[in-house]
Amino acid sequence: MEIVIKPKNKWWQFDWKEIWLFRDLFYFLTWRDVKVRYKQTTVGALWAIFQPLITMIVFTIFFGKFAKMPSDGIPYPIFVYSGLLFWTLFSAGLSHASNSFIDNEKIVTKIYFPRVILPTSAIITNIIDFLVASIILAVMMFVYHFSPSLIGLLLLPLLIVMTVFSTLGIGLLLASLNVKYRDVRFILPFFIQLLLFITPVIYPVSIVSAQYRWILGLNPMSGIIDAVRAGVLGTRDIDWLLLGVSAISMIVYCIVGYLYFKKVERYFADVI
Amino acid sequence: MPIIEVKNVSKKYQIGERQPYLALRDTLSAIVKAPVRWLRSRHSPTKVSDSEFWALKDINFSVEPGEVLGIIGRNGAGKSTLLKLLSQITPPTTGEIKLNGRVGSLLEIGTGFHPELTGRENVYLNGAILGMRKREIEKKFDEIVDFAGIEKFLDTPVKRYSSGMYVRLAFAVAAHLEPEILVIDEVLAVGDAEFQKKCLGKMDEVTKKEGRTILFVSHNMGAIRSLCRRVITLEKGRLVGDDSASVSIEKYINNLSTNVFEKEWDNINIAPSNSDAAIRSVRITDENEKIVESLSIDDPFNIEIEYDIKVEGAYFGMTAILYDINGNCILSSINNKEQSWYGKPMPLGRYKSICKIPGCFLNNGWLNLNINIFGRNFLDIKTIPDVLHFELQDGQKVRGDYFGGYGSILRPSFDWDTYQI
Repeated sequence: MEIVIKPKNKWWQFDWKEIWLFRDLFYFLTWRDVKVRYKQTTVGALWAIFQPLITMIVFTIFFGKFAKMPSDGIPYPIFVYSGLLFWTLFSAGLSHASNSFIDNEKIVTKIYFPRVILPTSAIITNIIDFLVASIILAVMMFVYHFSPSLIGLLLLPLLIVMTVFSTLGIGLLLASLNVKYRDVRFILPFFIQLLLFITPVIYPVSIVSAQYRWILGLNPMSGIIDAVRAGVLGTRDIDWLLLGVSAISMIVYCIVGYLYFKKVERYFADVI
Repeated sequence: MPIIEVKNVSKKYQIGERQPYLALRDTLSAIVKAPVRWLRSRHSPTKVSDSEFWALKDINFSVEPGEVLGIIGRNGAGKSTLLKLLSQITPPTTGEIKLNGRVGSLLEIGTGFHPELTGRENVYLNGAILGMRKREIEKKFDEIVDFAGIEKFLDTPVKRYSSGMYVRLAFAVAAHLEPEILVIDEVLAVGDAEFQKKCLGKMDEVTKKEGRTILFVSHNMGAIRSLCRRVITLEKGRLVGDDSASVSIEKYINNLSTNVFEKEWDNINIAPSNSDAAIRSVRITDENEKIVESLSIDDPFNIEIEYDIKVEGAYFGMTAILYDINGNCILSSINNKEQSWYGKPMPLGRYKSICKIPGCFLNNGWLNLNINIFGRNFLDIKTIPDVLHFELQDGQKVRGDYFGGYGSILRPSFDWDTYQI
């Protein structure tokens, strides 16, 4: 195996071979994050359920009951929980991924490995929480007598993958900025909170008139969460236009995030 | 065919890159306020030359398979930067490095160890970080634990380990790496003497039996001598020697034993500087502010730093840092309690700051002086490594009637009282 180290490598090349070589590191970093997270909290895996559950209850009381937020005729608890489930996968992943280089500064400055492993494993770690929290949704669907449509069931894995890639695209961009600009980590919580309000978690996409609804798709999570409510809860047909726009914007974010990451990646150890 | 080929490799650092706080909001507001100027400043090819620092310049060498190459040089000579380039942690600014094999690098002991995880878990994690496959770690697990000698504590979180145990385990994992090329930085400086010996033995065995190529940086000349046949010497980022171990080490030590009590920078453009000031000269003087010819530990001495303030009303400060010959930091003194100018806006002009080191305080031996300079709020820091290099000779005042060794970093003369009670 010959390696040539030059000032500039071809940044547009994605080195699958190298990632494959480091697959065990990928596995161990994810395993470390899961293990450490569940070791540090006494409630362990229950935390993954508590967090969205409590949020769901608070939102149901304040937005559902008092503010009388519309929910397309779906009972508000299950309406908001289905949104929160995917939102949490996205926002927790985004926050972990964005800090992944800074949090692992010691490793980044001392060891070489494909850097993309860090944010990716930070996102994958959250899938465990997501799966645990999904149990609650399944229980609620049973209680409220909802069953997914066939298309919704087939679409579900794709929606999860879309969420992961949306997180990765935006996460790569923010993580790279975070290395260079030290105030990014302080802006981040504010940014994520703001995103929550422009994502249809507590409200349905139908509050925007059908004509302009596709604009919401510029936020990839809009299309995903809407498709979850339509397909997985089996309430209506999927809004393919909205989902399509979301898929395209997801791809755009991935490309932008990846290109910026590739541009600055090699100098991380110098600036971190 | 050589296993490592380094061709015309240089590495430049921008001082700005090491700036501790670069804020996105500042960059954004710069773009909003003056987008044209921001774009221009971004793309202008000519950057101020004094904001650059060449950590390595025109390095050429090659290494044959199975060779153990030692790399020596003072602090800031570029040894660690060279290892970082070889380990692909940072790219060279110019030149090319060809490696004919997998590189395992050990720039720090226990990289990636997580305090909450147990010893067993950390062996797997650290192994994977160092580039081992899971199967490989499983195969060698018992051997690693045996080498570290910590069987009893395998399932204890490493945060409860003593520092000795921690180092043992970390080194044990690293010692069982099997890349074709192993790059090691000053890691033997930690751990007790006996374990160090064991590690050296293991490394020796690895190279002789398995024919692995090793690049080894150390300040410990004994270790270098016993492990390496060939040694290269770096000085200020340049390769100044490539010889057999004994020749290189002898030259290096001879070179080290010349006092450098004074350094001047005639050309302000290449003088070490940050955005506020440029250092013009640094010297060691006696109580009468005359440059010294030799120094003993009994004598007080001054570190005099002369500099030009380049910006009207600049805030400027500095730190003097002394290292011993093994790279241990002996002391660091910052000028922030100086009364006349520290923390005040300084008009343009030439200034001199003096750090007064008392006599009967330091131990004897060779010292290296580094200077850090900084601007307002300790930002815009620039390190000037190995400014001066000089010997403190043994003296009588502290020693009194004792003729033995001290084995300490300092040798201060403190007052003692004895009472009968």
